[in-house]
Amino acid sequence: MSSPVSRGFRGLRRAPAGQEGRLPPGQYLTDGFPVLSAGPTPHIPLADWTFSITQGGETKKSWTWREFRAVPDEEVTRDIHCVTKWTKLDTVWRGVSVDTLLGQVEHDAPYVLAFCDGGYTTNLPIEDVTGGKAWVAFDYDGQPLEPEHGGPARLLVPHLYFWKSAKWVRGLDLRDRDEPGFWETYGYHMYGDPWREQRYAGD
Amino acid sequence: MAGTALRGRLTWQVATVAALTRETTSVCTIGLEPPDWPGHRAGQHLDVRLTAEDGYRAERSYSIASAPGERLAITVERLDDGEVSPYLTEELQVGDELELRGPIGGYFVWEPNDGSPLMLLAGGSGVVPLRCILRDRLRTGSDVPARLLYSARTLPDVIYRDELGQHHDGVEVGYTLTRGQPPGWTGHTGRINADLLADAAWPAAANPVAYVCGPTSFVETAAAGLVGLGYPPGRVKTERFGATGGT
Repeated sequence: MSSPVSRGFRGLRRAPAGQEGRLPPGQYLTDGFPVLSAGPTPHIPLADWTFSITQGGETKKSWTWREFRAVPDEEVTRDIHCVTKWTKLDTVWRGVSVDTLLGQVEHDAPYVLAFCDGGYTTNLPIEDVTGGKAWVAFDYDGQPLEPEHGGPARLLVPHLYFWKSAKWVRGLDLRDRDEPGFWETYGYHMYGDPWREQRYAGD
Repeated sequence: MAGTALRGRLTWQVATVAALTRETTSVCTIGLEPPDWPGHRAGQHLDVRLTAEDGYRAERSYSIASAPGERLAITVERLDDGEVSPYLTEELQVGDELELRGPIGGYFVWEPNDGSPLMLLAGGSGVVPLRCILRDRLRTGSDVPARLLYSARTLPDVIYRDELGQHHDGVEVGYTLTRGQPPGWTGHTGRINADLLADAAWPAAANPVAYVCGPTSFVETAAAGLVGLGYPPGRVKTERFGATGGT
C-alpha cells in the first residue's frame, strides 16, 4: 500500500551522515536506554542465581554465578533495535557467548525457549543463538548490568528485536518445536527480524 | 482471553482525523476514524506512521485513550525533542489523513469481566491507557472498585482533569503533585514512594490487580512499592515509556 504524504511532515532524520543504513525501517535513533518490561523488576541475590540448560524437564547443565563468571567472556559492541521503535548504536556489552554455554551439552535441538526470573520467556531458533550471534551479558558500558535493564544477566541477541534479548535470563530450554514465548503469545512476531520489520504476527 | 489476541496480520490503514481536543498545553487527544478498525481492549496501543514528501517515514506507538466501542482516540504528549509528537500535537488538523495499525499488545489489558479491585497508578501521560480502562469499566457497567493515583507535575499538567473529577460510584481518584501545588492543595505532594503507596493503594489482601504506566523511574518505584505491600508480581502489570530519556 502506498502511504499518504503527511501534510507538513519533514522529520528529524537523526541518523548521522553515512549511518542511515544502520537504522532498520520504522526505527529512530536514541541516545538513552529506554526500559520496557511487563511487570515489576525482579531482584535475585547472586547467591541464588543459576544459569541452566534444560531439555524435557531435565537440567543438562547448570552454572552458579561464580561458575558462570569463571567461563571465558568477551566484549561485544552492537547496535540494538527495540520493537517500540528505538535503535541505539554501538552499545558495549560483556558476556559469555551462548556458543560456549551450549558447547557444554550434547544436543540436536532446533529451537530454544529462554526462561527468566519473573516468568518471562522468548523463543529463538538455535541458529540464531549460535555461531557468534548471542551472549549472556552481565556488563553494560563497563558497569554491572542494572536490574531494570535485565541484571544480573540478560540474553543479548542483537540481530533480532530486543524483546528476544530476554532480561533476567536464567536459562535456555532446548526444544524440538518453535513455541511462542511471552510477547509472542501476545501477538508479537515469532522471529522478530528488524530489517524485515517483523514486529507483529503476520508481518 | 489472554494469549488469543492478534494472530492475524495488522495492516496499515489510513484514518481520518475527526477531532482534536487540547487536554493541557502540551497534550492533545486525536479522534480518529479508521476505515476498518477491528476493535480493541482497554489498555492496548496502536502504531502511527508519518510519511514525508520524499518518502521518509517515522513510526511511533501510542496508547489508545478511547474505550472499546467509542470513536477511536489517542492522547499524545508533545516531547520537546520529539519527531512525531510535535507534529501530532501542533501540525495535525481535523480532516487530515493519519496512517495507523493496531490494536497492539495483549498483556497490559483489562477485561470488564475481571472482578478484581483495580489499582491504577499513572505517571504523567501514563494516565492514557488507565483512563481507557476507567471508561471501559463505566461503559460496561462493571462494579469493581477502582482507585487511580495519578502523579503529575502540577495541576495544569493533569490530563482529563474535568473527566476524572466527575463522581462515579466505586471510583476514587487521587493525585500527587510533584513540582508545585496550588494554594489550599489537600492532595498528596511529591514523587510516589512506599509511604504514599501504603496510604493510597488497596491492601494486597483485597486481591487487587494493578496497572502501572508512566516514565521508567515512576514505574520502577510504583511497581516495587506494590510488591513491597504484598502484591504478587504477576498482579502488577506495567507499561513504561521514556523513549528519549536517560537510563
